[in-house]
Amino acid sequence: MSKKLLLEIVTPDRKVLSQDVDYVGAPGALGEFGVLPNHIPFLSALGIGNLYYKDGGRTHYVFVSGGFAEVNPDKVTILAEAAEKATDIDTERARKAQERAQQRLARAQEKVDNARAQAALRRSLARMSCRTSGEKAGTC
Amino acid sequence: MASLRDVKTKIGAVKKTKQITKAMNMVASAKLRNAQGRIERFKPYAQKFFEMLGDLAAGADESVHPLLAKREEKKTVGIVIVTSDRGLCGSFNANIIKAALKLAREKRAEGLGVKFYCVGKKGRDAVRKAEYEIVVQYRDIMGSFDFTVASKLGNELINAFLDGTLDEVVLCYGEFISMGRQVPVAQIVLPISGTPGEAAGSGKEYVYEPSVEGLLAELLPRFVKVQVYRGMLDTSASEHAARMTAMDNATRACDDMINALTLLYNKTRQAAITRDLMDIVGATEALK
Repeated sequence: MSKKLLLEIVTPDRKVLSQDVDYVGAPGALGEFGVLPNHIPFLSALGIGNLYYKDGGRTHYVFVSGGFAEVNPDKVTILAEAAEKATDIDTERARKAQERAQQRLARAQEKVDNARAQAALRRSLARMSCRTSGEKAGTC
Repeated sequence: MASLRDVKTKIGAVKKTKQITKAMNMVASAKLRNAQGRIERFKPYAQKFFEMLGDLAAGADESVHPLLAKREEKKTVGIVIVTSDRGLCGSFNANIIKAALKLAREKRAEGLGVKFYCVGKKGRDAVRKAEYEIVVQYRDIMGSFDFTVASKLGNELINAFLDGTLDEVVLCYGEFISMGRQVPVAQIVLPISGTPGEAAGSGKEYVYEPSVEGLLAELLPRFVKVQVYRGMLDTSASEHAARMTAMDNATRACDDMINALTLLYNKTRQAAITRDLMDIVGATEALK
């Protein structure tokens, strides 16, 4: 039972995380999925949301957006455009981003702007909820 | 012959120039280390990305996604030119610009329209002077950019390609090969052809979610952005490497010049002393 999964999260700018974990829960495009060691090979697009992993009984949260997950029996690789550990999230900035996005949503006429503002809003909300979850779990 | 004072001022001026070029060399080397670090950090992402794409694209052909489809009849070509914002880096920018403009001329000769997307001030200036149409320009960003810039530009290119404004997109940038070698490269980004991951695929059987097509629809646009981002990273590293070499050469040229001028200064000084002595000797002789 001591088998572990290697979880790797990489973004274009840096490697966010590389760690052995017991369990990974990720926000797949078609809903959340969980991965335990010895999962079958699996490739999925990720939505905007919170990824979490369990390590030694503690749950850690990571915010991801615009990414993909590649699952192998002993390894999970996440490729994301943006990823931040709960501890690194700047809630103040996220709140400001939320306000900005809401203002823009109220004004936006064009479809493109609307979609963009909505995505920004979802990102900022996910960031904040990620931080809250992390605080609740006592890992940040 | 130049007067003593002139030579002395000149030596002073060259010394000051040398100080500047030396400082610029050191700044460029620090920035280069930074830029190389970013390329290093980007590598794992790119590698993994190509692997994933390779696995997916193994079974896919042109008809799967519009970004893969080659157009029979081409009308307009988009050229993305990535250069630095600042000069004083040898022939680095000039080489990229030359390559891009040559490409533009060729395309024009084939009867195609050419539109430019400029990243970096130097390329923009040259393209404007050559009087091509510039659709988008990003200036003063080469100092600090991240993936969002590449993402924005990528989206713009994809949209233009999908709605038929562009039928082909070529990316021109300076590939960073080594400290001493930077090569201008013109690479076709759209339509996507021959993904580099094709050979690198791991050959494993995956379960796909949502589906192969759905995943490709997500991955392919990102592939364009990854390429644009890589072009920007490479150009930025190349720029600093080119500037380092250029400034190193300049510093050495300054040294040579200082040596030559010091020699001239001493010669002039000696000549002046000799002349004065001759005068004095001549005068005492006359008094006898």
